[in-house]
Amino acid sequence: MNLRLHIWRQAGPNDTGMLKTYDVANVSEHMSFLEMLDVLNEDLIAKGEIPVAFDHDCREGICGTCGMVINGRPHGPVARTTACQLHMRTFKDGDEIYIEPWRAKAFPVLRDLVVDRGSFDRIIQTGGFVSVNTGNAQDGNAIPISKPDADRAMDAAACIGCGACVAACPNSSAMLFTAAKVGHLASLPQGQAERSSRAMNMVLQMDAEGFGSCTNHYECEAACPKGISAEFIAQMNRDFISTTFGGKA
Amino acid sequence: MELNTGIPSGPIQQRWDKHRADLKLVNPANKRKFTVIVVGTGLAGASSAATLAELGYNVHAFTYHDSARRAHSIAAQGGINAAKNYQNDGDSVWRLFYDTVKGGDFRARESNVYRLAQVSVNIIDQCVAQGVPFAREYGGYLSNRSFGGAQVSRTFYAKGQTGQQLLLGAYQALMRQVGLGKVKLHNKQEMMDLIVVDGRARGIVTRDMVTGAVRSHMADAVILATGGYGNVFYLSTNAKACNVTATYRAHKRGALFANPCYTQIHPTCIPQSGDYQSKLTLMSESLRNDGRIWVPKNKGDQRSPDQIPESDRDYYLERKYPSFGNLSPRDIASRAAKEVCDEGRGVGPGGLGVYLDFSDSIRRLGEKAIADRYGNLFEMYERITGENPYKVPMRIYPAVHYTMGGLWVDYNLMSNVPGLFVLGEANFSDHGANRLGASALMQGLADGYFVIPYTIGGYFAQGGLAGVSSDSSEAQAAVKEAEQKISTLLSIGGKRSPTSFHRELGKIMWDKCGMARNEAGLKEALTRIPELREEFWQNLVVPGSGAELNQSLELGLRVADFLEFAELMCYDALQRNESCGGHFREEYQTEDGEAKRNDDDYCYVAAWEHTGVGKTPTLHKESLSFENVQLATRSYK
Repeated sequence: MNLRLHIWRQAGPNDTGMLKTYDVANVSEHMSFLEMLDVLNEDLIAKGEIPVAFDHDCREGICGTCGMVINGRPHGPVARTTACQLHMRTFKDGDEIYIEPWRAKAFPVLRDLVVDRGSFDRIIQTGGFVSVNTGNAQDGNAIPISKPDADRAMDAAACIGCGACVAACPNSSAMLFTAAKVGHLASLPQGQAERSSRAMNMVLQMDAEGFGSCTNHYECEAACPKGISAEFIAQMNRDFISTTFGGKA
Repeated sequence: MELNTGIPSGPIQQRWDKHRADLKLVNPANKRKFTVIVVGTGLAGASSAATLAELGYNVHAFTYHDSARRAHSIAAQGGINAAKNYQNDGDSVWRLFYDTVKGGDFRARESNVYRLAQVSVNIIDQCVAQGVPFAREYGGYLSNRSFGGAQVSRTFYAKGQTGQQLLLGAYQALMRQVGLGKVKLHNKQEMMDLIVVDGRARGIVTRDMVTGAVRSHMADAVILATGGYGNVFYLSTNAKACNVTATYRAHKRGALFANPCYTQIHPTCIPQSGDYQSKLTLMSESLRNDGRIWVPKNKGDQRSPDQIPESDRDYYLERKYPSFGNLSPRDIASRAAKEVCDEGRGVGPGGLGVYLDFSDSIRRLGEKAIADRYGNLFEMYERITGENPYKVPMRIYPAVHYTMGGLWVDYNLMSNVPGLFVLGEANFSDHGANRLGASALMQGLADGYFVIPYTIGGYFAQGGLAGVSSDSSEAQAAVKEAEQKISTLLSIGGKRSPTSFHRELGKIMWDKCGMARNEAGLKEALTRIPELREEFWQNLVVPGSGAELNQSLELGLRVADFLEFAELMCYDALQRNESCGGHFREEYQTEDGEAKRNDDDYCYVAAWEHTGVGKTPTLHKESLSFENVQLATRSYK
């Protein structure tokens, strides 16, 4: 198939950037979306132009490195699918495709489609862990955890930290990302000791990074390639509010 | 060169305890005076950086990713082994040790493997304490499954995302230390070189991948946890950025590279679909617990799989290896797949595929049970191929997955360059010639959480470390060399992109140094690789400049090292006149096509010394002795 791509080009953090149009020919339906961009880039190099910078690594939908807004939707049109797992059979001959970086104040563009997501790391840094040093652990089976609790923890922990939730949110809120980690650890007995301070600290850091607030659009849940439920946001809000009023989460 | 392994004496069960008791300690108040550089933030890197910081060392962690949560450890699906014997099915530290030595085809170091099996149980406890959401039974206890090559259920898992959850556990531990100010994390920094001062590893040179700045960082010890080199084949299951540069640069600075030819070909990957293919995707081999592998009995059978009756199917693993069947170890399952495809019985485009069929299990257990076990894997398969594996058998084919070879290390995980420690897939020590399923996660975390925290203290406590600074002539020379290399790459101004060279190199390696190797092919590769390398330095084009985010330049730098390293792999494969584990030499096989090991002549670790680019490297041998597991022919029949 032949496609027309409109891709955001921005030479560096301080450049204003603009959409540029490229035609790609003979795209196979079996290609992944990123392989289609690889072909474009090889073509650009051959023509002496600068290839499009985009983030990617595992290309298996698990590392969370890739991320681009495809026709207005983070990771593109297929639900629960990262850009690297999106395949060209989703598109048809003659399609025009708009490709843009994540857009959020807290994710500054570094070049073209590459953004800086360091803000996510700084949120985790303030409380997204259990404070246990290596060597202190008791036997793994000494803490029985019911299967529903373990499964719920896993559902939240499946977050890949890609940032699609932020890109999808009209407020550029990081609530789903933050709530996924809060919810993962709050579902487990190991996470109880720091449950209150974790919710408080992570939410405060989220605000400090310049992410917006949640106004219940649920665009994040719809865009999440791992299908993380917005219910975790409700749980985090409860933990945060009860902590705010001096109680325990 | 004398290779001093530093293996403690005494009964194998007591060696690690004895060694820990013998190691000198660093006074708690002095630990902060020692700076440790950790390169890589996968399982081994993140776990070691976090643990060393907890102990009080001053840690600098480096990653080329934008976050420490993205290393390729994250993609491991199936699970992690531990000798917990929770299932009461006869597992023990001894059995895990035995299975690993045997699975490695008797080319691993017994003492290291025993220690690995011992600390495996601590890993599970540590990860549970961190909140890793391992799968649980209804009673609340940890769930296990059996995994490729094991006859006991000792594999712990978190859905099909075990690597992700273990890495996030280590990442969170690391980020806690970053928040506490005990680890300085350097994101988007790629290691360009190792700095050796007075014979000791004292620092690294990095390139900032956003600004392009090249600079040195100095320390008292350097830990490389930079993963494997499977991407030398271009197509592999590795992430796109995985590369050999860190370990190869260390090799050029004097570290011996051990067993580079031992590469693992994973039997269950999604077959290639076209020339544009950028990587191969692995399907967890846990699928082999419930899927049956088969091909048509007859050559050129073009019927769709549901039209092929039982009588015309060949469940070749069950036929050839009745006791292990579909769970035969990876090297054996991969080679068997290649064999049936070479016979013309392969399925799918180009005949490079075999069926992995779940219909029997779905009939027996129901679709829901299968979806519970493998739902996310089935989804992933469908996303990539457009086929529904609940209805149509999966098609799979072997692909390069893991590299058992790596920098040579002693019992302390220190290379022959004092102060340079190597952890995880980047070292060579524990898997011999073939790694068993669910053992990579185990080794990465064993090295990082439970080995290096002890052994690095022993190194520091010996003393003798003088002060060192970025002004030293060695550091300045290394920075200059890296800058020079970058400007050379940018100024060639040829016609071919880094990717095109990488693809061509990968094809040579897959054809000549892949699943099956022979002398003529390896010798051919040893002529073609230098030719390709020469063309690279004359006809490469890297657009853009060095002082910016430049992904073509990053790739060019990595491919440049692969082009040198590939030769080393071929030399190693050529000298090893036997077949063992992941190294299959066509000249050395039994009458029925099984690998033929030669313990009389090749029961050693091949540790190579760099002698110059394009020059034949020097081989040093560490002979392996098996005092606890009897050398035997591996049989899974």
